[in-house]
Amino acid sequence: MAKTLFDKVWDSHVVRQVKDGPDVFFIDRHFIHEVTSPVAFLGLESRGNSVVYPERTFATADHNTPTINQHLPVEDPLSANQLKALEENAAKHGISHWGLGDLNNGIVHVVGPENGITLPGATIVCGDSHTSTHGAFGAIAFGIGTSEVEMVLSTQCIMQPKPKKMRINVNGKLGLGVTPKDVALYIIAKQTTSGATGFFVEYAGDVFEDMTMEGRMTVCNLSIEMGARGGMIAPDAKTFEYIKGRSQTPKGADWDKAMEYWKTLSTDEGAEFDVEFNYNAADIEPMITYGTNPGMGIGVTQDIPNAENVEGGVETYKKSLGYMNFNEGDSMIGKEIDFVFLGSCTNGRIEDFRAFCSIVKGRKKADNVTAWLVPGSHKVVDQIKAEGLDKIIDEAGFVLREPGCSACLAMNDDKIPAGKLSVSTSNRNFEGRQGPGSRTLLASPLVAAASAVNGVVTDPRTLLTA
Amino acid sequence: MAYDKFDVLTSTAYPLPTENVDTDQIIPARFLKATERKDFDINFFRDWRYNSDGTPKADFPLNKEIYAGSKILVGGRNFGSGSSREHAAWSVYDFGLRCVISSAFADIFKNNCLNVGVLPVQVSAEFADTLFAAIMADPKAEIKVDLPNQTVTLVATGESESFDINSYKKDNMLNGFDDIDYLKNIENEISAFAETRPF
Repeated sequence: MAKTLFDKVWDSHVVRQVKDGPDVFFIDRHFIHEVTSPVAFLGLESRGNSVVYPERTFATADHNTPTINQHLPVEDPLSANQLKALEENAAKHGISHWGLGDLNNGIVHVVGPENGITLPGATIVCGDSHTSTHGAFGAIAFGIGTSEVEMVLSTQCIMQPKPKKMRINVNGKLGLGVTPKDVALYIIAKQTTSGATGFFVEYAGDVFEDMTMEGRMTVCNLSIEMGARGGMIAPDAKTFEYIKGRSQTPKGADWDKAMEYWKTLSTDEGAEFDVEFNYNAADIEPMITYGTNPGMGIGVTQDIPNAENVEGGVETYKKSLGYMNFNEGDSMIGKEIDFVFLGSCTNGRIEDFRAFCSIVKGRKKADNVTAWLVPGSHKVVDQIKAEGLDKIIDEAGFVLREPGCSACLAMNDDKIPAGKLSVSTSNRNFEGRQGPGSRTLLASPLVAAASAVNGVVTDPRTLLTA
Repeated sequence: MAYDKFDVLTSTAYPLPTENVDTDQIIPARFLKATERKDFDINFFRDWRYNSDGTPKADFPLNKEIYAGSKILVGGRNFGSGSSREHAAWSVYDFGLRCVISSAFADIFKNNCLNVGVLPVQVSAEFADTLFAAIMADPKAEIKVDLPNQTVTLVATGESESFDINSYKKDNMLNGFDDIDYLKNIENEISAFAETRPF
């Protein structure tokens, strides 16, 4: 029977099916970080269990880490305590740990692929909803809760009903200034913040085939923002090129054997999806959000829709615009901003810094803007320096910070103050997400750069030449 | 046993009709720094319950005395979207709630609830509206959630709807078992499977 990419990977990881219940689902790779793992280790120990396959779990500190002075002790005692718990739990149970200062340290969804831990056909989970990122490699990857973290530690399995299948096809060529982030925000705006709930998505078509691995990661990362458990893209020559030779990818004969399998990982002709959507690349322009969920996005040149033209309840919509201090019919272009945040597991990779620099090069940061530029990992920092992007950043009046999740969720000190408006390349514009009372406009690194230079929301196409 | 058993629950309910309530609202990230699971009720809906000076917002349903002690929350569509933080489900539980009713739940939040002993009950949009209207008309309106029979009933009128839950999860909730109990029981089968994995 013809199978989808998702079926192939899912079905090969089912240990057993529980009658009228979930599948017992085997996990190849498990990432943990300091925020969602401590209670799982407590649970494990209170039941007298041990970590069954420590070599399948990888710890990195990212959510709650400072992005300046990482060489100094962490000031906040609660954060320091969490980081210490991660380090101690990893050591105690024989799990590899990339703590602050480690050259492999960075955001979990950036360092996993960088180190070749993320592989096609693998199942990958982490106590973080943006685990969907790893689907860019043809893996099934999704976020789990802390109870499930404990399940993976103590049994290497979780109990999951198989999600339904959705395919999203985007064909054609993207226009000038339109990035993978815009493609994702466009799809989410079409689907709404809950449209893909209960589904696992396969992205297909020219647009994704033409994308770099970094771009594919950005798209898969944002799958959760339309409610999908995850998203994936069939592995191809670009995928294999990206992972080959990384520290933890298979080598020699193991590589050849893996390649044989990986080449079978695509959706068969005639395989069926529960639902399918088709979009045209030509309809997508640089996007920006205006509300308090990622589905509230529009082309940057468009006006904020009226309540009667959007899905969902009017009360909820008005509450959202009220929080943002915006009005129906407002133009986004020209809105004065206070902050710009470049970074996160969504847009904290080298390509995002290249895009940002392509606009700020030879220009200056606007005086009214505070900008936080936070690379996703130390390897991204090294690459930024190797390419001389740090000089462009410096000359344009920006400062590069140290890696971490930073202002995406504002657990550390990188908090946007109440009432302030930020153009952010991260993934969530929920109320208070970037700090209590903060207001977030999600956009691409190009929109962020153009807005940082002009001090107001700006269409990057006005600063780009074809 | 990981949590209290769930059987039949009859209680008044907090109404929260706002749609797309995300887990950053249920518990903001700055309160996720604990390394133990306790007292997550304190910061449950922190920024919706309290002003920035720490005084309670009187008009927020969770602060209204009339609903105090309810064990059910009726939420708007797409309840629990966003972050996978189980702290959100813990805060629901620690606040004293054992059941959340909505016309749609985000997947991870729903899973997390089931894993911590909070029953997520998905009803039709119409029935959710019926429940909201009943609570607005009478804040003391009681709702009966019957897990063995998989029904949710507005006690005063008898209006009722059935809800879905797979029999495995249902048995877990009824008996207070969790997935780890199940998985540890089939350890040998899992380790045999692990041997077959190429990487």
